[in-house]
Amino acid sequence: MKLHYDADKRELLVLLDGELDHHRSALLRNEIDTAVYMHMPAVLILDFHDVTFMDSSGIGLIMGRYKILQPMGGEIQIQNPSAYIGRVLRLAGMERLAKISEEVSA
Amino acid sequence: MKIQNEFRCVFPAVSANEALARAALSAFLIPSDPTAQELADLRTVISEAVTNAIVHGYRNSSGDVAICLRMLPDRVLYIRVSDKGCGIPDIEQAMTPLYTSAPEEERAGLGFAIMQEFTDSLHVRSSAGNGTVLTMRRKLGQIHAEPES
Repeated sequence: MKLHYDADKRELLVLLDGELDHHRSALLRNEIDTAVYMHMPAVLILDFHDVTFMDSSGIGLIMGRYKILQPMGGEIQIQNPSAYIGRVLRLAGMERLAKISEEVSA
Repeated sequence: MKIQNEFRCVFPAVSANEALARAALSAFLIPSDPTAQELADLRTVISEAVTNAIVHGYRNSSGDVAICLRMLPDRVLYIRVSDKGCGIPDIEQAMTPLYTSAPEEERAGLGFAIMQEFTDSLHVRSSAGNGTVLTMRRKLGQIHAEPES
């Protein structure tokens, strides 16, 4: 996972990768939250381009960050989910919490 | 129940073994020539079931998780995931979408919803203090409906 903060746009870009299961999500959330509290971004962009697997733990990861961002007035954007990840995101109704960009092919 | 092939394993309830369970499912399923979507769906299903056993069955304390995979006639995959953990006191409540008994773990409460969506049948046998057995079936080679958005 890589993090980039754009101070002009107040955007925190999180390039997620690999398998987002319960084991990995628990490790990633601390790292993401440290950057969120440090920068207080207006937009948190979660990029799923390099994510090869996601179960409901990944949904928990998005919902948890939403709960932190919302009181700060920040928003979440999800970009580049594969068709498969897009299916899990829709099943979980994530479009109600976050703007989801075009799906890339699986 | 005529079995064409079977794989069983038992492993300790630690989160690193969620990936192991997915790898076992993939290795078992690939000779049956699943579609990419079937493989992705079923990897998600076993991941949810094993995570439930670790997070909810054992509440992150020690214990064993057992999985049994069977390929039945007509390309029906049978999955059983069992634990000897605390059990589910109220199965109906546990299966309600967005309900979770572990919000501090950032569980979305969608594990059962995903398992139901990605299988043809799901059966839960559990009682408080006696562990949980999940059995699921999914027939390969069928068009599986896109979930309603």
